[in-house]
Amino acid sequence: MSNEAVVHAHGAVATHEGHGDHHHEHHHHETFITKYVFSQDHKMIAKQFLITGMVWAVLGGLMSVLFRLQLGYPDATFPWLEDILGKWAKGGRITQEAYYALVTTHGTVLVFFVLTAGLSGTFANFLIPLQVGARDMASPFMNMLSYWFFFAASIVMLSSMFVETGPFSGGWTAYPPLSALGDASPGSKTGMDMWLISMALFVVSSLLGGLNYIATVLNMRTKGMSMTRLPLTIWALFFTAVLGVLSFPVLFSGFILLIFDRNFGTSFYLSDIFINGVGALPNEGGSAILYQHLFWFLGHPEVYIILLPAMGMVSEILSVNSRKPIFGYMAMIGSLFAIAILAFLVWAHHMFVTGLNPFLGSIFVLLTLLIAVPSAIKVFNWLTTLWRGNIRFTPGMLFAIGFVSLFISGGLTGIWLGNSALDIHLHDTYFVIAHFHIVMGVASMFGMFAGIYHWFPKMYGKYLNNTMGYIHFWVTLAGAYLIFWPMHYEGLAGMPRRYYDYSIWESFKQFVELNRFISTVAMIVFAVQLLFLFNFFYSIFKGRKVTSLNPWGATTLEWTTPINPGHGNWVGEIPEVHRWAYDYGKDGKEFIAQTTPVGADESEHH
Amino acid sequence: MATTTTATTTKLWGGGKSPFNVEYGKLMMWYFLMSDAFTFGAFLISYGTIRFSTNGWPDPNEVFKSFPFAPEGVNAPLVFVSIMTFILIISSVTMVLAVHAGHNMDKKGVVKNLIWTIIGGLAFLGCQAWEWTHLHHEGAWWGSNPFLNADGTASSTNFTNYFFTITGFHGFHVFSGVIINIVMLIMTLMDKFEQRGHYLMIEKAGLYWHFVDLVWVFVFTCFYLV
Repeated sequence: MSNEAVVHAHGAVATHEGHGDHHHEHHHHETFITKYVFSQDHKMIAKQFLITGMVWAVLGGLMSVLFRLQLGYPDATFPWLEDILGKWAKGGRITQEAYYALVTTHGTVLVFFVLTAGLSGTFANFLIPLQVGARDMASPFMNMLSYWFFFAASIVMLSSMFVETGPFSGGWTAYPPLSALGDASPGSKTGMDMWLISMALFVVSSLLGGLNYIATVLNMRTKGMSMTRLPLTIWALFFTAVLGVLSFPVLFSGFILLIFDRNFGTSFYLSDIFINGVGALPNEGGSAILYQHLFWFLGHPEVYIILLPAMGMVSEILSVNSRKPIFGYMAMIGSLFAIAILAFLVWAHHMFVTGLNPFLGSIFVLLTLLIAVPSAIKVFNWLTTLWRGNIRFTPGMLFAIGFVSLFISGGLTGIWLGNSALDIHLHDTYFVIAHFHIVMGVASMFGMFAGIYHWFPKMYGKYLNNTMGYIHFWVTLAGAYLIFWPMHYEGLAGMPRRYYDYSIWESFKQFVELNRFISTVAMIVFAVQLLFLFNFFYSIFKGRKVTSLNPWGATTLEWTTPINPGHGNWVGEIPEVHRWAYDYGKDGKEFIAQTTPVGADESEHH
Repeated sequence: MATTTTATTTKLWGGGKSPFNVEYGKLMMWYFLMSDAFTFGAFLISYGTIRFSTNGWPDPNEVFKSFPFAPEGVNAPLVFVSIMTFILIISSVTMVLAVHAGHNMDKKGVVKNLIWTIIGGLAFLGCQAWEWTHLHHEGAWWGSNPFLNADGTASSTNFTNYFFTITGFHGFHVFSGVIINIVMLIMTLMDKFEQRGHYLMIEKAGLYWHFVDLVWVFVFTCFYLV
C-alpha cells in the first residue's frame, strides 16, 4: 500500500473518531438495543462478557457443589435433589451418568466460558482501549460479534443440559473413542454433538476477539504510548490474544476430525474397537493419541490464556497499591514472552502415560521445567514490588496478593508433575486436581476478582462494599487452601480422579471423612461467592459513588477519562503519553500520571 | 521538553501511528491468515502422522489418473490435477494485477482482473467437483476406500477420509474467497472504493486469495505428489 493511501486511511479513521466524540454529546440517540444489547462500545461488551461469565460461574460452581455432595456423602440421599434434577438424581442420589456429566460440564464451563471468555473477554475489552488510549477497539463491530458468538455458544451448551440423553459426560478433554462413539455412553450422543457445536462457536468468538485485541494494541496506541510504556496488563492481554489466535485453530481442526468420526464413518481417531452390546467396529487405522496431541496443543496454551490476564492485572494492582514502581518491568515483559513461547512447546506433558515415546517425554520434561524460570522471575518481581512498599490493603490488593500466594503454592507442585517419572504415580490422581485448581483455576479467579474490585469504580462509577469484599477474600482464600491442600495427600496416596464413590474402595476408605470436610468447605466457599454477587449487583445501583477521577491514585490512562465515560472514552482529544506507567514515589511525588510531561529537573525513566 | 515529545512521535513504535504502516484491517487479515495456517497445519500434520504410522498407502498415480470426457481406463496420472493447480495459480496472477490496478486507482483494470480471478476460482471449484464426483463413482467417500495400497494390500479408509476432509476444507476456503471477490467486484462497480479514495479492501481480499493458493500448493504436494 502506498504511504499516501495509509495517510488517507488514517484520515478516515480520524474523522470517524471525531464522530465518536460528537456522538458522546448526543446520548439520547442511543436506543436500549444499541446501548445495552447490540452495543459496539467496548466497555459495554466487557460488561456483557463479565455478567455472562458470572452466570456461568454460578452454574459451574453449583455443579461442583452437587458432585461434591456425592463425594462427601456417598451413602446419603437428598430428596430435594430429585426435585430439581429429576431422573438424574433418582431416589435423591446423583446417578453415575449425572455425576460424570456434572464433572465434564463443570470443567468445560469453568475453563472456557468463565476463565477464558469471562476473564480475558472482560478485561481485554475493558482495559485495552482505555489503557492504550483509544476510542474503542480496532473493529467495534467484530468485537460485538465476538460477544454474540460467545452468547450463542453459551445457549447451545446450556441446551445440551436438557436433552434426553444428557450433556456430554466424557471429561472436559473429550478424548475419543468415548467422545467419538454415540454407542459408548448416553452422554456421547446428542449431548456431545451440542458440546462440539458450542465449542466451535466459542472458537469463532475467541478468534474474532483475539484479532481485535492484537490489532488494537499494535495499531491504536495514543501518541507517545510506545510498547515499553504500556501497563503490564496490556502486555499480558496481548500475549493472551496471540496464544488464542494460534492455538484455538488447532483445536478446531481436531474437532472437525472428531465430528467426521462421529457422524460420517471416518476413522481418524478410531481403530480396533469393541463396544459391549454392539460388537466389533469396522474402524481401522486411526489414532486416539492423535486427538490428544491436537487437543493439548490448544489445551496447554489455554492454561496460559487463563493465567496471563490475571498475571497482568495483578502486576498492575500490586504496583498501584504498593505505591511503588513494578519491580523489573522489562523482565516482566520478557518472562511473559518466554511463557508465551514455552506454552506451545510443552503440550505432551499431559500425555506422559498415554503411550507417548519415553524419549519424547524426556524432551517435554525439560521444556516443561523451563517454564519454572520465567514463572519464578515473575514471582520474585511481585514480591520485590511489595517489599517495603506503602501497601494499601484494598480488597483488590488482597486478591492480588492472594493470587501470588496461590501461584507459588500451585506452581511448586507443577515441578513435581512435570517430571515424567513422578507422573506415572501422580497422573490422573487428586494431586493433579489440586495442582491445576490452585495454580490455574483459583489463582486466575483471584486475578479476576482483583480486577473486578480494582476497576469496578471505572466500570460503574461506584465502589464495591469493602466489608463484604474482605469477608469474600478471607473466606475464599482460606477455603481454597482447605479444599485443595488435602487433595495433594489423597493424590499421593493414589486416589484417582473422576471416581463416583470412593467409600467402596478399601484403599480410599480412609479418606471418607476428609472428602466430607472438603465438600463442606466447598459449599461454604460457594455461598461466599453469592455474597460477592450480591455485592456486585447491589453496588452497581446503590454503591458508594466515585467522586474523584482517579480514586486509586494510579498513573494509567483509564483514570483520565470522565467518571462515567461515554462511547469514545475521552471528551475532546485523546491525551498524549510522556512516560511509562509506573512512576510511583518518584522525586518526592506520590505518583505521576502517564500524561504528565517529563519535567526539566526530572530524569526520564526510559 | 518539546524536543523529547518530537523524538517520541517520530519513532515507529512510539504510539499515535501504526508501526507497520498499515491500517488495522490488513493487520487483522495477516493474523487471521496465521491462525488459518495453524488450522491447515494441524490437518496436514495429522494426515502425515496417520500416514506414516500405517503400513501401506495407495499410489496417487494410480488413483488420480482419469480425465473428463476421456475414455474409461485412460492413463493420465496427475494431468487433471496439474491443470487445476495451473488454473488456481493463474487466478493468483490476475489477483495481483487487480491489486496493482487498485494502487493506480484504475477501476477498469480492477474490474477486469477481478472477473478473471472469480472465473479462475469457479473453474477450480468446478474441477474439484468433477474430481470428487468421479472418485465417488469409483466408490470412494468418507469411510470407504476402493483403492489398494501401492504394494497391492488392502488399504485403510484413512486415505479417502483425509483426502475428502482436507481438500474439502480447502475447497470451502476457495468458495469463501470467490464470494469475497464477488462482493469486492460489486463494491468496485458501485464506486465504493473510488469514493474512499483507495482500493485497500481489494488488497485484503488479495491476501486471502494468495493464502488459499499457497495452502493448495501444500495440499497438492501432500496428496498428489508424495
